[in-house]
Amino acid sequence: MSGRSLLLRMELRSNPETLCVVRGAVAQLTERLGFSEPECRATVLGIDEALTNIIRHAYAGHPDRPIEVLFRRIRTSSCGKNGEALEIVLEDRGKKVDRAKLCGRALEDVKPGGLGLHFIRESMDALEFRRRKGRNQLRLVKFLPIPEPPAGS
Amino acid sequence: MQISARHLDKITIFDISGDIDLATSPELRKPLLRELRELRTPRVVLNLKAVRYIDSSGVASLVEGLKASRDVGSRFILFGLNTTVREVLQLSKLVRIFEICESEEQAVAT
Repeated sequence: MSGRSLLLRMELRSNPETLCVVRGAVAQLTERLGFSEPECRATVLGIDEALTNIIRHAYAGHPDRPIEVLFRRIRTSSCGKNGEALEIVLEDRGKKVDRAKLCGRALEDVKPGGLGLHFIRESMDALEFRRRKGRNQLRLVKFLPIPEPPAGS
Repeated sequence: MQISARHLDKITIFDISGDIDLATSPELRKPLLRELRELRTPRVVLNLKAVRYIDSSGVASLVEGLKASRDVGSRFILFGLNTTVREVLQLSKLVRIFEICESEEQAVAT
């Protein structure tokens, strides 16, 4: 086993109308991977928010810019955990993300906006950002549920 | 997302269904802010029973509605929160700032 197998690759445009299509696909994928219903919803939310951030911030709302999303099944160690996980890599060619803005904001401030990054962090097990060859790359990791041992074992 | 309004004395009830996301949240924000800022309706109630999905843009629209209601002295009430909507509001840690009722009867009577 290679330890990294491609599950799905999406090439999108930065049009908010496509978000519902991605959510539908991610819901089906996470269900097939055995996530619980709340974990499926959390993963859908995390990916939706990541795409929303790309559309709003990297592409400033332009609806026709490219976004690539890769979904892989991997074996990894992260956050003190070791096991199989769903890895999602989102790549865009938009403007460089301001790292200071990746810290999010205090939730005590009651104001609209700024929640997206908080939702991504809360929904996923790991998040990494890097800028490479003029592209923003966001890597998200969500550990797969540990399979139940077979009955009688 | 679909949104429609019902009027009951000095109360406006918005029935919302579908997904509230980056694409659709302006369709929620506009009538809400008009109802509060321009019409100054004393009580605005949102029926969220049929909302399938809400993201941070949707939550931001609700926060804007709440702030507008505070500015004009109106009440802004949510009811019919299903698991999906409740989970997202809880995750935002903003659930405590909203007035939330279990039913429409409660939302219009309290």
